[in-house]
Amino acid sequence: MSDVIVVDYGAGNTRSVCAALTHLGHTSAVSGDPRDIANAELLILPGVGSARSAMEHLTLTGAAAALRARFDEQRPMLGICLGMQLAMQSSEEDGGVEGLGLLEGHVRRLTTGRVPRLGWAMVDPWDDAYYFAHSYACESSDAIATSDSITAAVQHGSFLGVQFHPEKSGDAGLSFLDQCLSRA
Amino acid sequence: MPLARLIPCLDVSHGRVVKGVSFVGLRDVGDPVELAKFYSDGGADELVFLDISATPDDAVTMTAVVAQVADVLEIPFTVGGGVRSVADATRIIESGADRVSLNSAALADPALITAIADRYGSQAVVVAIDAGDGVVHTHGGRVATATPTIPWAVEAAERGAGEILLTSIRCDGQRMGFDLDLTRAVRDAVSIPVIASGGAGSAAHVAAALRVADAALVASIVHENPAGLPGLRREIESLGIKLRPLKERR
Repeated sequence: MSDVIVVDYGAGNTRSVCAALTHLGHTSAVSGDPRDIANAELLILPGVGSARSAMEHLTLTGAAAALRARFDEQRPMLGICLGMQLAMQSSEEDGGVEGLGLLEGHVRRLTTGRVPRLGWAMVDPWDDAYYFAHSYACESSDAIATSDSITAAVQHGSFLGVQFHPEKSGDAGLSFLDQCLSRA
Repeated sequence: MPLARLIPCLDVSHGRVVKGVSFVGLRDVGDPVELAKFYSDGGADELVFLDISATPDDAVTMTAVVAQVADVLEIPFTVGGGVRSVADATRIIESGADRVSLNSAALADPALITAIADRYGSQAVVVAIDAGDGVVHTHGGRVATATPTIPWAVEAAERGAGEILLTSIRCDGQRMGFDLDLTRAVRDAVSIPVIASGGAGSAAHVAAALRVADAALVASIVHENPAGLPGLRREIESLGIKLRPLKERR
């Protein structure tokens, strides 16, 4: 059985996440099945696509309920980009979307710099550059890292979320994923 | 603001890299997967693959290439050429590309920009503009249209493009430096990032482009010496441009 489940919610780039996991010596599978979400050693909620269609898909398939149950049981979960934003209470995207509400905080449209914010940027206090591609960002008291004063990572209970794409962040990203996997 | 990006562009035809990659250190210079990995290891921040054959038959070949590249690459990459519909974009993004680049298809049907952005987000849509004499060109820069460059860039951004890939036809292939005035004018007119393209002949040219643009596309300057990419990066950095720090290879 695969040790990592990458949650499928109908859009997005799950292939690159799986490729990075393979590179690190882990087996992974893409699934939206609530049972797989419940049983996985580590769960990754990847990100690309729109918040509304992602939440609708997760709710309809029962995946949203499985994600909340998994969080309540304190089992490890990693959210990437939109996957991190979905864990918040709400998002401004698509005219307003209710999130999974695992973490306290809200997702707002970026108002400074070029939007979308694209490219490699330093993350404080991790002192490494990671690849970002986003137009929205989290405002949360659970922030543990920032990049240009924008939330780069959040953590609460068993949920760790990152705004950047570790699967697209070269060696820095692979090291980050490796650490997540060894802690899971 | 994110760090400046250096983006090698690979022209692909019938699944093979074409145009001027000459390097003895590669087993197969025509293999997009091997070359992509080589550039990624050398410190490329991102890659662009341009399918210059782009006939319907080649779509299948290109999709396979995209999937193979995605399996070995841990940096983002964009695929252009032959993206004419949401279905084309879906095929490429779901095979592992981060972004698609639209050129003449976006001009012919600007609604395509919005349709792809709605599905995958603005960050997944690059609009490529081949500009010369104030107007947009098609057919690899050979045919002038009546569409003025800057209003088109503004419209593309309004319709949901996440980045403009701006090529100066006059400078492309000349290796005499980028068209900085054009780049500045387009970047000032939009609030999305802009990739400067066409004219890289030296580290100084790239550094100058990165002072006015968010990223620079490079082709022959790296293809004639793929092993020189880390050195090119160091030279650009010595000119005061901050690029991402590279980790020690493990």
